[in-house]
Amino acid sequence: MNNNIIHTDLCIIGAGPVGLFAVFEAGLLKMRCHLVDVLPQVGGQLSEIYPHKPIYDIPGYPEIKAQELIDNLMEQIKPFDPGFTLGERVEALEKKPEGGFSVNTADGTQIHCKAVVIAGGLGCFEPRKPEVENLAQFEGRGVSYWVKDPETYRDKKVVLAGGGDSALDWTIFLANVADEVTLVHRGDTFRGAPDSAEKVFKLAEMGKINLILSSHLTKVEGKQWLQQVQLLNKAKEQIVLDAEYLIPLFGLSPKLGPIADWGLNIDKSAISVDTEAFGTNVDGIYAIGDINTYPGKLKLILSGFHEAALMAQSAFKHVFPDQKLTFKYTTVYGVNSF
Amino acid sequence: MINFSVIDRDGTRKEVEVPEDINLNLMEVLKASEYNILATCGGMALCATCRVEVESGLEQLQPAGDQELDMLDMLPDAATESRLACQLRVNQQLEGIVIRISGDLA
Repeated sequence: MNNNIIHTDLCIIGAGPVGLFAVFEAGLLKMRCHLVDVLPQVGGQLSEIYPHKPIYDIPGYPEIKAQELIDNLMEQIKPFDPGFTLGERVEALEKKPEGGFSVNTADGTQIHCKAVVIAGGLGCFEPRKPEVENLAQFEGRGVSYWVKDPETYRDKKVVLAGGGDSALDWTIFLANVADEVTLVHRGDTFRGAPDSAEKVFKLAEMGKINLILSSHLTKVEGKQWLQQVQLLNKAKEQIVLDAEYLIPLFGLSPKLGPIADWGLNIDKSAISVDTEAFGTNVDGIYAIGDINTYPGKLKLILSGFHEAALMAQSAFKHVFPDQKLTFKYTTVYGVNSF
Repeated sequence: MINFSVIDRDGTRKEVEVPEDINLNLMEVLKASEYNILATCGGMALCATCRVEVESGLEQLQPAGDQELDMLDMLPDAATESRLACQLRVNQQLEGIVIRISGDLA
């Protein structure tokens, strides 16, 4: 935990293309911005998921690669010298009694600002949890959704579940660490990763791991700590395994995460906004880009850019309550840095 | 026209008819037909909220690509008849098939 406190005009949650462009629009109106993102780099899904994919619907670019667009946006917002907190997940949003907000990350960073702009895209990627009786009860008490430190499992009885790359890879790795490793998979083949699958089948043949196919988790049991994992196989027979650890590895799925608890109006996992300012139901909190919804919403980068421009016009009143906003063209006034 | 059947989460079965030249994927057609599907990732095979179970006609569909297979393998409760609607082009391959909507709503 750090005790870093940052002061800024706008705190932008999400450093994807729309969050980055919001810095430009805010900067034209002399508002300073600080961006925070859970990913270790800027660019959101463009940099994380499809950096080399071409995008064809950015005005003025017949074709541009996703990462190139991010690089260009970073160049475009340079004059406005935004701050960045990367690799930290926003956990809480507090309204300050004297006005404005504090955006707090899980690592202890606080960003004190006059308005908040949520540009969170798809949201946070969180582990996909299977429907298993008592599972939540044993989270942190034997059940975990990722492997942080493999040494935790040394000489322990470990059950892994899943059929994707990470389930296969961790099964292979833990086979040499844990006392007993069992991999449970709902299917009878691994379709995605032939090399790792082959290794897993070999380890099972050699008796180094237990491989239980065509079965799924149904229930976990224990006292203070996990003791048993129950499965059901295709023939509907119950299998009971002794286990000190269960690691369900079913990938990540995008969720709103903590944002869902901030008292904002949510419609189908998206934040409802008005289309004049892209404000939420809480004065001073805006939502732009893929994370918002309104009648006619299109999840397009260019729509997010438009939303950023209108948001900035409205956020101005929170940052400079005593000033009158006059609209200026960059062609006339240029881009004046801070 | 292409005709196929959709069974909603509550069991209601409806016939859907779309023009052959619609040039959309199945997720987009289901959303446009007011079915309750999140489709959070917008068709990139990342969220699986557009998952459907193909109750009949699985064999006439183009096989799943690597990205779709990776996702399906990862899901805790996907079966052999599970597909991601966003990865299925709406064309003659869907003629007469029966799908059941099963993607998560949260």
